[in-house]
Amino acid sequence: MSKVNIKIEGIPFEVDAGLTILEAARQCGFEIPSLCAFNHGECSKASCRVCLVEATGARGLVASCVYPVSEGMEIKISSPKAVAARRVSVELLLSNHNRNCQECDKNGKCELLHVAKLTGAKEERFQGEQTPVTRDFLTPTIVRDTSKCVLCGRCVERCKNAHGIGVLGFENRGFKTIVAPAENRSFIQSPCIMCGQCINVCPTGALMEASEIDRVDQAMAQGKYVVVQTAPAVRAALGEEFGMKIGTPVTGKMVAALRRLGYKKVFDTNFGADLTIMEEANELLHRVKTGGVLPMITSCSPGWVNYAEYYYPDQLSHLSTCKSPHEMFGAILKTYYAKKIGVDPKDMFVVSIMPCSCKKYEKNRPEMEEEGGLRDVDAVLTTRELGRVIRRAGIRFDKLPDEDFDQDIVHDYSGAGVIFGVTGGVMEAALRTAHYVLTGKEREGIIFKEVRGFENIREAEFELGGQKIKVAVTSGMRGAKVLLDQIREGTSPYTFIEVMGCPGGCINGGGQPYVREVFLPNEDSDIMDTYKEKRAQALYSEDERQTVRQSHRNEQVQDLYKEFLGEPNSHLAHELLHTSYNPNRPRFD
Amino acid sequence: MNHLSEAAVRQINEICDRYAEEQTPLMMILSDIQKEYGYIPLEVQELVSERTGVPVAEIYGVVTFYSFFSLTPKGKYVIGCCLGTACYVKGAQQVIDKFSDMLGIKAGQTTEDGLFTIDALRCIGACGIAPAVSINGKVYPKVSPASVAGIIEEYRAKGNN
Repeated sequence: MSKVNIKIEGIPFEVDAGLTILEAARQCGFEIPSLCAFNHGECSKASCRVCLVEATGARGLVASCVYPVSEGMEIKISSPKAVAARRVSVELLLSNHNRNCQECDKNGKCELLHVAKLTGAKEERFQGEQTPVTRDFLTPTIVRDTSKCVLCGRCVERCKNAHGIGVLGFENRGFKTIVAPAENRSFIQSPCIMCGQCINVCPTGALMEASEIDRVDQAMAQGKYVVVQTAPAVRAALGEEFGMKIGTPVTGKMVAALRRLGYKKVFDTNFGADLTIMEEANELLHRVKTGGVLPMITSCSPGWVNYAEYYYPDQLSHLSTCKSPHEMFGAILKTYYAKKIGVDPKDMFVVSIMPCSCKKYEKNRPEMEEEGGLRDVDAVLTTRELGRVIRRAGIRFDKLPDEDFDQDIVHDYSGAGVIFGVTGGVMEAALRTAHYVLTGKEREGIIFKEVRGFENIREAEFELGGQKIKVAVTSGMRGAKVLLDQIREGTSPYTFIEVMGCPGGCINGGGQPYVREVFLPNEDSDIMDTYKEKRAQALYSEDERQTVRQSHRNEQVQDLYKEFLGEPNSHLAHELLHTSYNPNRPRFD
Repeated sequence: MNHLSEAAVRQINEICDRYAEEQTPLMMILSDIQKEYGYIPLEVQELVSERTGVPVAEIYGVVTFYSFFSLTPKGKYVIGCCLGTACYVKGAQQVIDKFSDMLGIKAGQTTEDGLFTIDALRCIGACGIAPAVSINGKVYPKVSPASVAGIIEEYRAKGNN
């Protein structure tokens, strides 16, 4: 790559040509305060004007996040003019911002407050009219509050990049500009799939998950038998909420924390994941044997299910009818388990800790209700919300001992269940079991490396007991669209497809801790590129540590079938563990 | 999600087809629809979104950004009052206020009989004849509050024929 010579504060540097001033300065050991720019240019609209610097050859100050370096350029970051301009930019943003910061769940992770600190914007110098405010509390997953929005456009870009949907856009003009779904509608009245990726990138509290902490508090206060289950991806990221390095597995500490929060039982959704594999692998084999609808597509991710219902209502027969693991587990807890321990299911309250904001919507689906109005799952907290509850309780997370899940008839889980949390994991778990069912033996080395990784669409072909099975794995709706268009056109070569809503799978779900370079001084400088792999590694390493690594070898799941469900895809299993999809699910008002 | 008549769907598809070769046809499509129908409701934007692959939110953003586009039907005669700097210092605010008073509507609104809409414009490039008013493409130079009644009468007479 060609190089250019620049000077920053009079000191000469040689940097790659084509870099922006912001990137070049970073390589030279400077961190220019910036707000709207995100993730190496995934979003750089230069809208916030926080990163202004002086540069020779430019007229006036330039936004360093978009302005390229050139030969001989002299850059001044600390000149009085640049310092004052950056401070005024932040002061102007603050003047049109709801500064009721203690009510904001981004408190402590707010990038606006961070740049206010960096630029020294302390005074309320500008006061006056504020942009009319919209607060959208109608959607059970995402809360939008334009009084906190800085119009950076990161959410707009993420929705387009990850999914090609573009639910959010800039509306109106000038002072009245807001970021919103078309017509400033609620998300639930728009084509939003509620994945929560927009929350993950929002620098302020303008987009947040709809918190259900109060619901859980209430159930505890009412003396309900509150049981908690944790999804695999939570353990790979919860430590980040307490300053631990990304990719630190914290399963034992998480269990200890939940026990200290007063939950009667602490279980692992992985039991539900193993159950899902038993049902889903059998459903797949049944479809293959009987000439059913193929390819079959996984149905664990509620964001993906929303996408399928809304955008491909004519292809819903391809979705597995299996409920997602936490819903399956909820159904089992309120029937089989409640009976075993002698608790009235009406008094049981099931809380799921999820890396996902969309699970909040999923649990409210009419299909997730059992007889007598019982919900499979009563409340969903995200990884971030769990972090908040743990801090509120005064628990020193890093000082906790490692504890085990409650040892009861539904606590066992296999390594196959653990890897559900990363893209390709459900596929791999299903293949491990399918291999056994079709060949009568376990795969050598157990793992299926072919379906691992973060490429947008990965495909592989296996010959299992004389059966050729071609599979594909994707995450994010861009890849899903490609695969579904093939199906619609009748050209899909696959037998089985795994789709996850969020890019990278649940480890990068819409409920996971925020990943921001500025708040992670101890991480490597490439953390924005590597955090997904690091979280994934936490799950793969737990899989390796498990003695049982295939769902069909989970003995408690076998007992569940023997004592209660009969066999996979039995009538009772269908009633409790399977669901249906609605091509006409009412969305618009 | 569409409540459009078949004829409308056909015509909008036809408009989209005109620009099938363009890389970024959105502005041209919207402009033609605005001229044809006088407004671009959300249902139409959804159809354009399907045809062009541009998200609805983005189309809605474009429609609400440019004052030329409208979400609601406009009157038969659109009174565009320029409020650009030159017109403004020459008294354009008094002119638009006079139109508002006489027609009983604010800028952006349409009279009940569907005859008039008042639009506040930002510089139509006719600074030499400020304050300027443009009605359905015809430009009136150096308009004063006193001449407003006559202009309205001119169009009322036309409109009633």
